[in-house]
Amino acid sequence: MEVLSALMIGVLVTASVYLMLARNVLRFIFGLVLLSNAANLVIFASGGLTPQAPPLIEYRTDAPTGLVANALPQALVLTAIVIGFGLFAFALTLVYRGYQNLGTLDSDEMRLAEPREEPK
Amino acid sequence: MTAALLLTAPLIVPFLTAVLAFLFRHGGEGRWVSVAGSAVSLAAAAVLLREVLAGGTVAAQMGGWAAPFGITLVADTLSAVMVVITAITGLAVALYATAEIDRPLEQLGWHALFQVLLAGVTGAFLTGDLFNLYVWFEVMLISSFGLLVMGGRRVQLDAGIKYVTLNLVSTILFLSGIGLLYGTTGTLNLADLHVTLHGNEDGIVTLIALMFMVGFGVKAAVFPLYFWLPASYHTPAFATSAVFAGLLTKVGVYALMRMFTLVFDQDVPFTHGILLWVGVATMVTGVLGAAAQTDFRRILSFHIVSQIGYMVLGLALMTPLALAGGAFYLVHHIIVKANLFLISGVADRVAGGTELDRIGGLYKGTPLLGLLFLIPAFSLAGFPPLSGFWAKYVLVKASMDVELWWVAFAALAVGLMTIYSMTKIWGRAFWKPHPTGAVPSLRTIDAPQRAAMLIPIAALATMTVIIGLVPQPFLTLAERVAVELLDPTSYVSAVLGPDALPAPEVTE
Repeated sequence: MEVLSALMIGVLVTASVYLMLARNVLRFIFGLVLLSNAANLVIFASGGLTPQAPPLIEYRTDAPTGLVANALPQALVLTAIVIGFGLFAFALTLVYRGYQNLGTLDSDEMRLAEPREEPK
Repeated sequence: MTAALLLTAPLIVPFLTAVLAFLFRHGGEGRWVSVAGSAVSLAAAAVLLREVLAGGTVAAQMGGWAAPFGITLVADTLSAVMVVITAITGLAVALYATAEIDRPLEQLGWHALFQVLLAGVTGAFLTGDLFNLYVWFEVMLISSFGLLVMGGRRVQLDAGIKYVTLNLVSTILFLSGIGLLYGTTGTLNLADLHVTLHGNEDGIVTLIALMFMVGFGVKAAVFPLYFWLPASYHTPAFATSAVFAGLLTKVGVYALMRMFTLVFDQDVPFTHGILLWVGVATMVTGVLGAAAQTDFRRILSFHIVSQIGYMVLGLALMTPLALAGGAFYLVHHIIVKANLFLISGVADRVAGGTELDRIGGLYKGTPLLGLLFLIPAFSLAGFPPLSGFWAKYVLVKASMDVELWWVAFAALAVGLMTIYSMTKIWGRAFWKPHPTGAVPSLRTIDAPQRAAMLIPIAALATMTVIIGLVPQPFLTLAERVAVELLDPTSYVSAVLGPDALPAPEVTE
């Protein structure tokens, strides 16, 4: 289980780094989505992986009986997913507006804010 | 007043102001709501600082969940000072924005987003929990994204794409670091992390420390991670770039200072050795970048990078004097930098641009603006008797004390280069005649707007002069910050209770 999720995180990071090295901004954003999910999985795994043990408290008891999963990383991941969702919605809209207005997705051609020096 | 109220008031006020400013955004009352709210925030921050100065570190557990399980808000001297300086900058920029931000931006909710940004910055200074710090960073980031691209000019979109993508990468690194740190220690409360990791010489902790260093390094805009900053800070409205320049990178520096004194103090020669090189490289590359620019705001943007280097240097040396210098620099820099961006806004308004080749004649037409520019500009370069002189003096002295002569030399040389690019602005924007032959005049701005623009600038310049002329109380405060950073006993016992730390003599 641990090995499997470690491998999965590794694959996600590899794919995202590959995508983020592209000049195309949209591919960069897709890479970011993968990377953020890899980060979420890291947090999830940091609580320890305990299959078949949901963090639930039985009816009429105050504390869980027996071994249960750590609920905190799950709450953290949930927060991170929600925040990440908002950020990527914004980033995608921004890239789309950028494409409409600048006419390109190539980051090398986005030189409006920092124009090239003209040779004098 | 209870600790919880003291600590939450500086957070609730800006959020409340944001809601009200958003509701009144169409009629134009929203801008005055924003100014009033910023004034109340300043009062709340001042009360907090007074309480911290009188009674030491203040901590409160949110929702009644005891640390380290609940979320802790905590203010030691550094946090309280930063909250006050945030509120001061907020008030100055809010007032300036009443004159600068036009109707369309206002109706999009500029003032509301601005207040949310201030709340995010304040929250980052006050939290005592790592994941909560991440959330405050996000609050700050989201609102800064909005402010940066608001208006949607092409150059803003271009800058926005770079700013957003690079900052998201740093956020994800920070988040992965949190995951790994939780996996290693089982806690995210900063004070508890200090207790857990103290004396832990595991290599994995140093590795995680480096992830945080890179994550916060992007936010703080240190070498070689600063490229998003000069690509974006010169594009939005002047009020926006003033608050960005004053506060945003400084949150990154604050996070570095907090984490690398309180949590990651296991392998100081290694981690702080990296920070030393990073700090010097940041100083030098920033100022060289500034020397190559020909736009008012782009020169100032590169100077932010350069000045960040001094603050990181203060942290890297890790002596009481150096940390005091770093803290002093932080406060001085926020005031000066926000002010310079506000001045560039006035220059833009009266001379019709920020590109130095296209403007001129500002000294002839507006000698008052010339004087107001010289104060922060000389302060930034480190001329006595202004605040920047003491900040640089303390840092240079601290690096000489540990016999790092080359660092002291670099710090002084960068000061010289700073004055070079400041004279470039002075010579080309103020002294030379305007290329069209026009004489810029402040009278072209109508009286109420002129007052709203010049009062914050004059107030911030006065603060620079006061800090410069009477440095002793501020240096004493900075020394107190340094002592607390190097010995976090009071921080930890305020959060976890007096028994949290083992008594040093008995247990060892």
